[in-house]
Amino acid sequence: MITLPPFEAFLEEHRTPVYRLLHAMVGPQAAEDCFQETFLSALRAYPRLPRDANHRAWVMRIATNKAFDHLRAAKRRAVPVAEVPEQPVADPELDGEPELWRAVRSLPPLQRAAVVQRYVFDLTYAEVGSALGCSEEAARANAYEGRRKLRKAMADA
Amino acid sequence: MRELKTVGRGDADAMAAQAAARFHDLAAERGLVDVAYAVVPSPVGDLIVATTRRGLVRIGFPTEAPQDVVEELSVLLSPRVLEAPAKLDEVRRELDEYFEGRRTRFEVPVDMSLTRGFTRKVLQATARIPFGSVSTYRDVARKAGNDRAYRAAGNALGSNPIPIVVPCHRVLHSGGGLGGYGGGLGVKRFLLDLEHAL
Repeated sequence: MITLPPFEAFLEEHRTPVYRLLHAMVGPQAAEDCFQETFLSALRAYPRLPRDANHRAWVMRIATNKAFDHLRAAKRRAVPVAEVPEQPVADPELDGEPELWRAVRSLPPLQRAAVVQRYVFDLTYAEVGSALGCSEEAARANAYEGRRKLRKAMADA
Repeated sequence: MRELKTVGRGDADAMAAQAAARFHDLAAERGLVDVAYAVVPSPVGDLIVATTRRGLVRIGFPTEAPQDVVEELSVLLSPRVLEAPAKLDEVRRELDEYFEGRRTRFEVPVDMSLTRGFTRKVLQATARIPFGSVSTYRDVARKAGNDRAYRAAGNALGSNPIPIVVPCHRVLHSGGGLGGYGGGLGVKRFLLDLEHAL
């Protein structure tokens, strides 16, 4: 009989990919909050999760939705400021290339999500589409457009 | 986009681990944990101890792999199982006091949902054997309602999900032999010595 793993094991297995997705989607500061929201939602629904479901795809979809919620709320909260601070606030970045991550986060949310899921996590376009709630074609188009912009941003930098 | 695949892997592990540590507290605070467990050190080795909202439900000796115990709780009770030591502070305190010889009865509520039928009756009879005294398989069988079922009583005690607190170590053979013990006979002898029962 296949049974659900204890949530402790589920958390252990998926915490790093979820964190990386959120970090790429919303940045280091908000990633922590979105991470907590993602796993709280997952824990609430967990006993009803079909045993043969794709657990990784399920939790990534929750995380993607939390990231979108966060980005929408941040947009609503954004108000014009009189003075722009001269020094950018230091962002603790993951190892790797900070410029690249900043370029990823300057993409529109759907392109950002599609790029991260396709090129960071190697999901198929069908899986990206199911995580984003759009068609495979739309997932492909968003990943393509996002990648094109990234190439351009990195070439300009 | 090969560079996207490799960046952010190293530190993400550490940051995810920290976030997961905070998640344990948050989940417990929100009341979303059906089974909370912790590892509690003791003179008879590390015990894995688990509680539900109703009370203490499981104590595992080092003879059992902690992972197997967690798995068992997940299957038999609920998959919402998380390590949450704060939920076991009371149990830990009582166990510490017991092993230091400062406690002769446990007061934490107990959840017997891992037991059924005759087994539960045998364990309920066993729970009434006071600190420092002993009983026999035949006697607990009788108190559970069937004095000829002493073999079944032995099996019931062998499957006791909450040893130490439900004191199956106080049940011996009628002839005075120690009988058996899930945590090993050395542990049974240790507990009886601690209670000056022999």
